[in-house]
Amino acid sequence: MSELTLTVMRLGFLAVLWLFVIMAVQVIRSDLFGTRVTQRGSRREAGRPQPAGRQAPPQQRQQPAQGRQRRNAPTKLVVTEGTLTGTTVALQGQTITLGRAHDSTIVLDDDYASSRHARIYPDRDGQWIVEDLGSTNGTYLDRSRLTTPTPIAPGAPIRIGKTVIELRK
Amino acid sequence: MSSTTNTSTQHTSTIGSIGTPSRRNTELGLLVFAVLIPVFAYANVGLAIDGTLPAGLLGYGLGVGLLAGVGHLVVRKFAPYADPLLLPLATLLNGLGLVVIWRLDQSDRLQNLAELQYGAFSPSAPKQLLYSAIGVALFVAVLVFLKDHRILQRYTYISMVAALVLLLLPLVPGLGADVFGAKIWISVAGFSIQPGEFAKIVIAVFFSGYLMVKRDALALASRRFMGLYLPRGRDLGPIITIWAVSLLVLIFENDLGTSLLFFGMFVIMLYVATERTSWIVIGLLMSAAGAVGVASFASHVQARVDAWLDPFGCYQTSGACEQIGQSIMSFGSGGVLGTGLGQGHSDLIGFAANSDFIFSTFGEELGLAGVMAMLLLYALIIERGVRTSLAARDPFGKLFAVGLSGAFALQVFVVAGGVMGLIPLTGMTMPFLASGGSAVIANWALIGILLRISDTARRPAPTPPTNPDAEMTQVVRP
Repeated sequence: MSELTLTVMRLGFLAVLWLFVIMAVQVIRSDLFGTRVTQRGSRREAGRPQPAGRQAPPQQRQQPAQGRQRRNAPTKLVVTEGTLTGTTVALQGQTITLGRAHDSTIVLDDDYASSRHARIYPDRDGQWIVEDLGSTNGTYLDRSRLTTPTPIAPGAPIRIGKTVIELRK
Repeated sequence: MSSTTNTSTQHTSTIGSIGTPSRRNTELGLLVFAVLIPVFAYANVGLAIDGTLPAGLLGYGLGVGLLAGVGHLVVRKFAPYADPLLLPLATLLNGLGLVVIWRLDQSDRLQNLAELQYGAFSPSAPKQLLYSAIGVALFVAVLVFLKDHRILQRYTYISMVAALVLLLLPLVPGLGADVFGAKIWISVAGFSIQPGEFAKIVIAVFFSGYLMVKRDALALASRRFMGLYLPRGRDLGPIITIWAVSLLVLIFENDLGTSLLFFGMFVIMLYVATERTSWIVIGLLMSAAGAVGVASFASHVQARVDAWLDPFGCYQTSGACEQIGQSIMSFGSGGVLGTGLGQGHSDLIGFAANSDFIFSTFGEELGLAGVMAMLLLYALIIERGVRTSLAARDPFGKLFAVGLSGAFALQVFVVAGGVMGLIPLTGMTMPFLASGGSAVIANWALIGILLRISDTARRPAPTPPTNPDAEMTQVVRP
C-alpha cells in the first residue's frame, strides 16, 4: 500500500471519528432546544393570549401564511371586554380555539363560557370564520346567535359569555 | 421567549404538552454511522498490515451491524422514547475495540509471546465478538424484562448482600483465581469471570434505594463546623462500612481499581442525594487515608505506586513493571495525529496489550486527536447518563442513573489515568474497548438500564383527564 493512501486513510479516519462526535453533539443540541419543539412553541406562543400592554414582536409574528391572506384581511384578534381585556393574538392562518379548557388557544376565565366554546379559523380564501362548538350559552356575532360557521366582518364583535373579541387589521 | 415565560406565569396551564419526539430515526442514522466507522478502521488496519482488504471484513461488519440492528429494533419496540445517543456511542466504542483487538491479534510479536507463555496462540477478536453478542443479548433482556426500573427498588437490601457476595467471591478458595497479583477473577467451568464488573450495577441499586430513604437524615441532621456540615456520628455508619469493605477488597484482592470504584461511586451518590459538599471532602480524606495506609504495607500496591512515581526507573531496577513506561512511550510516539491504524508498535507492551493497555494502542495509532475523540465519546455517554438522571421523575431513578454514569466515569478516569501515568495503574479495563468478557457484558447491561430509565423519563406524560371545569359552566337565564 502506498504511503500516500495510508496517510489519507489515517487523516480520513480521524476526520470521520470527529464527525461522529460532532453529529452526536448536534443531536444533544437539538434535544436541548428542539427544532421541532421551537416551531410548535412559537406557533403556540403566537396563539396564546398576550398580556395587556405587550406588543408582539412584529417581524416574527407576521411572516408565515402571508400568501393566503388577502389585502384587507385582519391581522390580529383583540379582546375588548371581559377578564382578558387588552389581550391580542396575531392571526397567522392557524385555528384559534376559545374556551375554558386548558388547551384552548385563548383560555377564557369566564363562568358563562363552556370548556370548548368556539373556534375561529380561516377558510381556503383566507376569510376568517367563527364557529360555535356546541356551547351551553352560545356564541353571538353582533347581535345574532350563531348556528352555523359564519364569516366575520372586520370590527364585528363576537360575544362569548362576558367576553367580547374583535378581529382587527 | 420572554413573552412565553411571561404568559405562562399568568396562565400556567395554557401550554399543552409539547409532544416529545421519540428520536428513534436519529438513533438509526447515528447507528449506521457507528457501524461504518469500525468497518473503515478494519479495512484501514488490513491495508496497512497486509496491503489487502482483510478477509473477515464482511464478517465483522455484518456481525457488528447485526448486533447494532437487533439492539435498535428492541429499543424501538420496548423503549421508544429512550435516549437516542447511548446505543450508537456504545456500538461505536465496542466496534473500535473489536478492530484494535483484531489488529493486536495480527502482531507476530504477541503471537510468539503467547506461544511462549501458554504454548498456543488463540486470537482474542472472535472471542470478543462472542462476548459482545452475549452483552447485546443481556441488553435486550434488560429492555424486555425490566419494564420499570422502580421494581429494582424492592430489592434494595437483597442487592446489597448480592453485591457483597459478588465482590468477595474471588476470595473463596477454589473458586477465586489469582491472576498476576490481583484476585478479582473467579473461574467457573473454564470461563474466568470478573464479578466486580457486575457488582458495580448491583451495588448501584442498593446505594440508590438506601440513599433515597436516608437522604434527609444525612442532609439535614448535621452540625456546621468551619463552613462544612459535619454529619452526626451515627449517620457516618454507612460511609464507614463502605469504606471498610472497599479497603478489604484492596487488601485481600489487591485491586485498587475496584476498591476506588465502589468507594467513589458511594461518595458521588451521597453528594447527589444530600447536596452537601462536606461528603466529598470527607470521602476524599477517607480514601486518601485508606490508600496511603494500605500502600504502606501491601507490597502489590506499593509496587504500583513506585511504577507510577518513576515509570522509567523500573528499567534499571527490576522487570515486570515497565508496562507503564512502555505505555507512556506509545502515547508519545503517537504524537498529535498518530501513526495510523496498524502502523504503531504498541504490541511491544506485550502482556495485557489488548486489555488493560488497549488505550495505549489508540494513543499511538490515532494520536492525541483520536484519543480526545475517544474520551469525548465516553464523556457523551456519561453526559447522557447524567441528563437521564436530571430528567427522571422519581428519586430512585435519579440516583440510580447518576450512580451508573458515575461508576462509568470513574472507570474511564481510573483506566485512562492509569495508562497515561496520571494516577497509579489499577487492574481495571476500559469499558467496551478492552478485551474481556465480563466488562463488555456488564457494560451493555448498564447501557440497557440507562436506556430503560431514560425511556421512562422522556416518555410524554399521559394526557390529563377531561377538564373538570366542563360541568361548572353557568347557564344564562333569560
